[in-house]
Amino acid sequence: MTAMTTKSTIMESSPITTPEYRSPIDASKYKMIAENVTVSYGGIDAVKNVTMKFKEKSVTALIGPSGCGKTTFLRCLNRMHDMTKNAKVTGKVMIDDIDLYSKEIDPIYHRRKVGMVFQKPNPFPTMSIYDNVTAGLRLNGVRDKKILDEIVEDSLKMAYLWDEVKNDLKKSAIELSGGQQQRLCIARALAIQPEVLLMDEPASALDPIATQKIEETIIELKNDYTIIIVTHNMQQAIRVSDYTGFMYLGDLIEFSETKKLFTDPKDELTAKYVQGHFG
Amino acid sequence: MNSIQDRRQEYRSLFKQNVAKRLLVDKAVRIIVFSCVIIAIIPLGSILVEVFKNGLTAISIEFLTETPGSAGSGEGGIGPAIQGTLIIIGLSSMIGVPIGVMSGIFLSEYGDNILARFVRFFNDVFMEFPSIILGIFAFLIIVLVLGHFSVWAGAFALSLIMFPIVARTTEESLKMVPMTYREAGTALGLKKWVITFRIVISAAKSGMVTGILLSVSRIGGETAPLIMTILGSSQFFSSMDTPMDALPLRIWRLSLLPYDSAQLQGWGAALVLIMIILGINLGIRYYFMNKKNGFFGQLIKQRRNAIK
Repeated sequence: MTAMTTKSTIMESSPITTPEYRSPIDASKYKMIAENVTVSYGGIDAVKNVTMKFKEKSVTALIGPSGCGKTTFLRCLNRMHDMTKNAKVTGKVMIDDIDLYSKEIDPIYHRRKVGMVFQKPNPFPTMSIYDNVTAGLRLNGVRDKKILDEIVEDSLKMAYLWDEVKNDLKKSAIELSGGQQQRLCIARALAIQPEVLLMDEPASALDPIATQKIEETIIELKNDYTIIIVTHNMQQAIRVSDYTGFMYLGDLIEFSETKKLFTDPKDELTAKYVQGHFG
Repeated sequence: MNSIQDRRQEYRSLFKQNVAKRLLVDKAVRIIVFSCVIIAIIPLGSILVEVFKNGLTAISIEFLTETPGSAGSGEGGIGPAIQGTLIIIGLSSMIGVPIGVMSGIFLSEYGDNILARFVRFFNDVFMEFPSIILGIFAFLIIVLVLGHFSVWAGAFALSLIMFPIVARTTEESLKMVPMTYREAGTALGLKKWVITFRIVISAAKSGMVTGILLSVSRIGGETAPLIMTILGSSQFFSSMDTPMDALPLRIWRLSLLPYDSAQLQGWGAALVLIMIILGINLGIRYYFMNKKNGFFGQLIKQRRNAIK
């Protein structure tokens, strides 16, 4: 009897197998865990054996020179590589206690937990602002107009776009400026009420004022979301993130608290990069 | 250090030397392109002028609504042919467009496998098939089996012409939709078919409509497969299992008759056919232009945005 109970307890917690993750201090605090993730495109590894743990309600920044695999890694956390031909992902990505890459699960349900903002603004061109924000809800079966209205206002306010568009929500999304489009995409991602938000250089198309607004948004969202942001802008990483990972040529070189990584990096390469010697 | 600056200077001097010649070539290309367009337009324009000039005199209310009179009398009209053409275009579209659109979606969105490559190849071959062979095919498997000419056989034959065109243009216009919209949909946790039908298709609508219109125009003028399937008739449509008339068939028959009055009626029928196809094209395009998210509506908006 006792043996049975022990066994079933192990079975229940079996998704996280490595003893390290089972330790009671850690496992509960991590919202997402990427374990030994390797991504290869046609045999060439773009991300090599990266292991990272993301604390709940924290902001993690990924920095590194162009082509170092930041974006590729970010896209793994949402199984976006399913759509890419030739891309092969090995390793494990856990959201809460579910392995996103296990064969039994349908990634669709877990993608709803993970919002994503892309590098280039990509609002749906044939939809209005309102329809863009509500797309993820409407097309997933939410019909209640009152709820939709609430979420639209809420999401657009969080993305600092509400004041600019509140009077013409029926306007086509492609009539907005590039920066507004990007904030619309953030609102669209927030509207599905994700728990994790992945942002791929969300501010690279924005002017400094909009960038500042987005950064304020990110800091505010931290109260409720786990955010992982790829950025080229080290100042931005310092401003918004709690943790920072430095990637180089597909390897995760260093991953620690932002303050520590920028002021007292352990790795020589990290030190050179954050001091601006290359990159 | 100096040598690279010298080399740059040399490169710059290379550009300048033949400016006069290049301007001349530029002008020549413009003239050639322009004259080719004129050469292409002349026959097209003269056909239209000829059809209008000859056809207009034949057209009257009776001509458009009555059944054909006795050969050579110059009486009667092409009512059954107009009715038949509208019926056959409608029926063929009802069969050909859905199958074509679905095949196009398959080729574009699920087309990364051997089956799709196979389908794509045969689709292309099929598109170039002589239409009379499709007519004979419909004749063999429908008309001979049923034992009589039938409207279904005609619609079947024409839909065979239609669907490869629709499939190909649908595939091409879906492929034009940037991957990033599909990614955005995926990231919102949408299922693939929802992304395809609600996001990708709405972005590709104008191209798909163009393809469908192209295929409608194409079948509107087909004669050979209709001879093998609906045969032609001088009566209005009575049932799906009897011969029916269509404008191309009527034009063909009238043009074979030795009487001037019949030939005139042939011109009239040709004009009506052109007007019907033009009408369908403009009607559908106008619909898409006017709708807020239609092709032209979008184009105007984009232009406005660019100016801003």
